[in-house]
Amino acid sequence: MSIHSKLAGAVSGVAMLVGAFTVQAETLFWSTQARPAEEAQAMRTEVLGGFDGGVDYQPNEDGPWLTRLQAELQAGSGSIDLLGSLHGNFSAMNPDDLMDLSDLGVMSASDTFNDLAKLGTDSLHYMPWMQASYIMAANTEALQYLPEGADINALTYDQLIAWAANVEEATGQKKFGFPAGPKGLKHRFFQGYLYPSYTDGVVRTFASPEAVTAWEKFKELWSHTNPASTNFSFMQEQLLNGDAWIVFDHTSRLAQAFNERPDDFVAFPAPAGPTGRGFMPVLAGVAIPRTAPDAEGAKALLTYLMQPETQIATLKATNFFPVVEVELPDDLPPSVKAAGEAVARMSGSPDANPGLLPAGLGSMGGDFNRVYVDSFERIVLAGQPIEQVLEDQKKQLEKIMNETGAPCWAPDAPSEGACPVE
Amino acid sequence: MTAVADVVAPDTRKAGRGLYRAGVILLCAWVIIPLYLLFVNTMSSPDTVNSFPKSFIPEFNMGSLEFFMGFQGMLRALWNSVVVALMTMVMSIAIGAPAGYALSRFDFRGKELFRLLILLTRAFPLPLLALPLAVLFIRTGLDDTAFGLALVHTTLAIPFAVLITFSLFSGIPLELEEAAWTLGCTRLTAFTKVILPLVLPGITASAIFAFVISWNEVFAAAVLTIENRTLPAFLLQTLGEAPLHLKFAGGFILVVPALIFIFAVRKYLFAMWGIANR
Amino acid sequence: MEARLLPYFLILPVTLFLCLFFLYPFALVAQQAFGTGNGFSLDNFREVVSYWKFPISMKNTFLLAAAVVPIQLALSLLMATMVTKMQKGRDLVLYIWTIPLGISDLAAGIIWLAIFEQSGFLNSMMVGLGVTDQPVSLLSYQTPWIVFLAIMLAEIWRATAIMLVILVAGIGLIPKEYYEAADVFGASRWKQFTRITLPLLRPSLQTALVLRVILAFEVFAVVAALGGTIFPVLMGEIYAYQFDLQNGGAAAALAIIVLIISIVFTLIIMRALRVPKGATI
Repeated sequence: MSIHSKLAGAVSGVAMLVGAFTVQAETLFWSTQARPAEEAQAMRTEVLGGFDGGVDYQPNEDGPWLTRLQAELQAGSGSIDLLGSLHGNFSAMNPDDLMDLSDLGVMSASDTFNDLAKLGTDSLHYMPWMQASYIMAANTEALQYLPEGADINALTYDQLIAWAANVEEATGQKKFGFPAGPKGLKHRFFQGYLYPSYTDGVVRTFASPEAVTAWEKFKELWSHTNPASTNFSFMQEQLLNGDAWIVFDHTSRLAQAFNERPDDFVAFPAPAGPTGRGFMPVLAGVAIPRTAPDAEGAKALLTYLMQPETQIATLKATNFFPVVEVELPDDLPPSVKAAGEAVARMSGSPDANPGLLPAGLGSMGGDFNRVYVDSFERIVLAGQPIEQVLEDQKKQLEKIMNETGAPCWAPDAPSEGACPVE
Repeated sequence: MTAVADVVAPDTRKAGRGLYRAGVILLCAWVIIPLYLLFVNTMSSPDTVNSFPKSFIPEFNMGSLEFFMGFQGMLRALWNSVVVALMTMVMSIAIGAPAGYALSRFDFRGKELFRLLILLTRAFPLPLLALPLAVLFIRTGLDDTAFGLALVHTTLAIPFAVLITFSLFSGIPLELEEAAWTLGCTRLTAFTKVILPLVLPGITASAIFAFVISWNEVFAAAVLTIENRTLPAFLLQTLGEAPLHLKFAGGFILVVPALIFIFAVRKYLFAMWGIANR
Repeated sequence: MEARLLPYFLILPVTLFLCLFFLYPFALVAQQAFGTGNGFSLDNFREVVSYWKFPISMKNTFLLAAAVVPIQLALSLLMATMVTKMQKGRDLVLYIWTIPLGISDLAAGIIWLAIFEQSGFLNSMMVGLGVTDQPVSLLSYQTPWIVFLAIMLAEIWRATAIMLVILVAGIGLIPKEYYEAADVFGASRWKQFTRITLPLLRPSLQTALVLRVILAFEVFAVVAALGGTIFPVLMGEIYAYQFDLQNGGAAAALAIIVLIISIVFTLIIMRALRVPKGATI
């Protein structure tokens, strides 16, 4: 057994060595945003470097982020001080697990956002932190194939389809790119763009005849879409390597293309359909879990994040726009300029049909997204008949709405009680 | 007799040897070429990474690697990874090898059940177990320590340690041990003097497994460590969604230390024949 | 020490360890799968099995395992025998062949995506050689067989070394005398392989095969990188339940199904390659 005791000695020796290495605790900022190495680095130096107390900024994928958070809540103690994530992640949580932030004296400039952040209660449970949207982007080489009479800043879906078809005809390649990969944000396209533009709704109109038209149009667009799109999750990659010329994606997932070769790409609004130009915001927030070891430090950090200067620094670092009133400086990176203009054009267009983020779904948010993703996979990838798939998926959607009792949100007409699927 | 065979068919022999040599080279190329391409991409500027057609010759642009060298906390994460991996290695063998020996030498009640338990450990995804483990660790103070993470990684490495040592011990004739007993050895001395020297090189194989498993484990590392981050947990976000050139560089940085480790211990692993055939 | 108790004494550390760090959390997770708050129920199992993607991901996982594992077995046997016969350069060759062991599945996914994507290395080569004049979209939903082939290649590349190392260690323990005797009797190489190597290698073969098959059912990262949304596998569905849908019960239920499949295959392999006690050579 002498080997064993030697090994045990070695293990404890190493353990002691490591123990000596630990540093004093800083405010731990546990985030799902600004994950890519460059963004994380910019968060640490440009954004959080100006905060007086030390901050340990740790971005994580949703899986570990959630697992760690749940473990700390279950154990009743933890090390996370401040949480940063998307609205969807917070709305899936129990509001009681997040501290009440109503009396901090800071708030976003948008009442809509502040209402969302109440998570169905009367008080603020997370703080709207930054916002973004989804836009279109194209390689300048594709511009020559724009259909005649089309204005790139006021495209319709039909023109987009014609454009993608022209490109395919001229180059022999399908150059429309759509983030249909496992990590792609395709569900947001259906919920916030396609459905509002064709049906003026998301839930009520899910299986309507207009929805059938919408899917038919999308199938048409898909026939000119790069068939490897099922692998695409960050369209900046395909813009940069030329696999796609015309793409739809989240502003921050396009940013790298504009920052690396600003002259080669243009950003423009999403197209319009029969019922207007549907589009949707992205909202990220910060919150303090009830197990935060240093709630005061977290509150100070949160207040710091809401300062106009910090919000501008955050914009430069992450391509997410401020949620408070700020005067934007001139020295913004190309990606921010391009995205900012496209979003402004989109929301300022006469046919704008803005949608809201799904609300009131609680932990069923993922199931809600799955309804749309499954419809896509069955209709477009598996080629199943549209009506039948929508009827099928409609049952799922009805179940989710009835279980959660979530009322309708824009562009659906308001409802008494749970939003009905008509 | 081999001489006769040579006389009978010298041409087939020669052809066979040529085929054999070609096979070895082909299989080496099969392993190396994808790695070489990773190397080419790591050593390329962002523009080159995105260009088409791609060059097959590296341009030795160190930009992407330099970015990581300037990354906060990189060295500490590297150190943590090495510490966790070494602890995993030592623990998995210290507690796995005796079980491997027991499985190969004894018939005992519950043996099959025990083997299944060992295997089941690998048949259930760790990300699901991470939540209850994290709760346990936070409550007991093991949370955010290299030792705690090494415990989880040891759980992952144990099936390899037990089963590989089991097959090694099974390959050594029982008669050898019995001979040692008749010559006056106790069970323990027979083991340490006769069996252990025989299997030691093979144990290196399971040590390599343990090291590599720990080195490449991402999920538990991301959940169970905060200040004592390991390198993979540190680079996880990079591999997931960073710009392409950084993705490749991050992947490259993860691969290199593991390669160095295997290279460093290879002589123990490969010394196996010399000893075992004595 | 009493001989009857010795084996239990030897397996005690592992058992305690696994009870604490595997069985305990496993029991908690399994409890979730069988209960929805009010007592025992199989609802979670019904839910995951009736989901339309379940049969597809099950089929994909099995197909991939069935296509990859036999090739890996043959390849690792071939490599192991080749390396044993080698006179010089053995160290180097074996080192090279074990390299993929050190490469995580995440990294492997990135490497092979760089080869197969439209502007990747394979297309660069094909255009350079004039096979095609334009880069072809290889990982397309319209050509699932190419996607499958790409995943197969990547998996064979990544995970053959695991079997190789185990088999090499096993072959090293076969006494040379057997082969020398076989040479004396003029047995061909093939006969030596089937009559000496294979039977004596049984313990290592069993270990290598069982571990590889279990890991094959858990394949995920490489498939996600290359197959995207068009090649769902069981492990990806488990993660989707756990993290996208935050439905721990369903995730646990599906994981238990995978676990049962793994047990069945393990038992089959263990029966087929039964190892006699104490290796009566």
